[in-house]
Amino acid sequence: MDYIFNGFLKAVELLASGNPETYSAVFTSLKVTSLSIASSLIVGIPLGFMLGYFDFTGKRQVRAVVDTLLALPTVVVGLLVYAFISRRGPMGELGLLFTIPGIAAAQTILITPIVISLTATAIESLDRRLGMTLIALGARGRQIIVASLLEARYAVLIAVVTAYGRAISEVGASMMIGGNIKWHTRTITTAIALETGKGEFALGIALGIVLLSLALFLNFLLMFLKRRRIA
Amino acid sequence: MKWFSRKWLLVMVVLFVCILGLSLQAAAEDKVLQMATTTSTDNTGLLDYLAPTFKADTGIELRWVAVGTGKALELGKNCDVDVLFVHAPAAERKYVEAGSGTDRRQIMYNDFIFIGPKADPAGIKGASVQEALKKIATKGASFASRGDNSGTHKMEIDLWKAAGLAVPDKESWYIQTGQGMINTINIAAERDAYTLTDRGTFIKYEANWKGNSPLVILVEGDEALRNQYSVISVNPEKCKNVRYEYAQAFAHWITSKKAQKMIAEFKLIGKQLFTPNAATK
Repeated sequence: MDYIFNGFLKAVELLASGNPETYSAVFTSLKVTSLSIASSLIVGIPLGFMLGYFDFTGKRQVRAVVDTLLALPTVVVGLLVYAFISRRGPMGELGLLFTIPGIAAAQTILITPIVISLTATAIESLDRRLGMTLIALGARGRQIIVASLLEARYAVLIAVVTAYGRAISEVGASMMIGGNIKWHTRTITTAIALETGKGEFALGIALGIVLLSLALFLNFLLMFLKRRRIA
Repeated sequence: MKWFSRKWLLVMVVLFVCILGLSLQAAAEDKVLQMATTTSTDNTGLLDYLAPTFKADTGIELRWVAVGTGKALELGKNCDVDVLFVHAPAAERKYVEAGSGTDRRQIMYNDFIFIGPKADPAGIKGASVQEALKKIATKGASFASRGDNSGTHKMEIDLWKAAGLAVPDKESWYIQTGQGMINTINIAAERDAYTLTDRGTFIKYEANWKGNSPLVILVEGDEALRNQYSVISVNPEKCKNVRYEYAQAFAHWITSKKAQKMIAEFKLIGKQLFTPNAATK
């Protein structure tokens, strides 16, 4: 039991003293997830809007596929992306293996379905009359999209937070694509896996605390944004 | 709605700065040598100790992924790394003969040891390797195997064969972890199992316990237990993107008198982990 308590003490000490290994893993995680979140939003929000807004044949089937992809296992994504970006693979020329953009690419595949699905749901749950009103008021094309998304912004924001949560807590793809290289592609989660394996629980617990704090911070941010609206 | 867009803008700016910082960093990383190595060189901290001096001497930054020797050879075959630092001589020779690697050089060695619980339920202490394995098999005492095609795993399979036994693949007492060396030692400790390990990783493990290690060395010193580490450059004729120059620079450096001396001086709790044996020029 001692080592668990000592782990917590050590965690506080590591964080307070600015331990470079700990902070390197934290910043790597932030870099990777910033990249993957940005690209998944660029791809996912327009697609999610289309899926939620328009009625077209096969819409249900597309929706079923997107919802299935929500359960995409991280190691499968890791394996697929590895096969493509290995220097022997079709995209080997890019040299993405064992790099931060490589991990971000895998995470983008992982979280884009979340953004699409939740954005689509958010748009669908808007009052149907909103679209008609906007058109009646003379809104066209881009204006309709922006107005609808703004109206659904909290639901879309939840999509973003959910996607972020999946990206930052993911370990399978980060390990396979990043290779857990110290100072470069060692993220919070791969570091925890490594340190636990080595029996060094303190660093693992410290990193776990950081991970939870990040999630907490994000949710506070969300709550803050919501409250500002009510006030 | 104004406040919302302002917040949103702030978030976007933060994201942008993160990405910008990332690309700037990527531009600064020019001379990088990517290595695939075994878990033992990483777990013991040897590479952490050597890499800064290598960088100071040659200006090349060494980056490594620590995997089993089998996976390391595979990464080399796929042209994903530039240089290999591994320990499975038979597999290495095959790899070089197949043309995937070139210029294999011996660097250093340590030895394999059998470790197990202090109580030693199968009574293998001080036995020869073959006797020990036979005793473990007849008793059905728990044995943790890497099971990951690593150099240590290959060695273990060879030892079972040399003892005239079948590899106990399906026996319930044979625990195949599929993980790195130090993970496997931890699992062995949790399950009161025997395991085969390189001495370096065990010394590191022992150091973590500060003299209270639940596992102890039971069989050592057998000629069959020598563990030779070598460096292989990935063949530039097969992999045109490979940074062969840097790989060669590393091969020269690690076989130099200076680096060899550093390896000999690398100690954990006062014990030398590796014995250098490169043909120094």
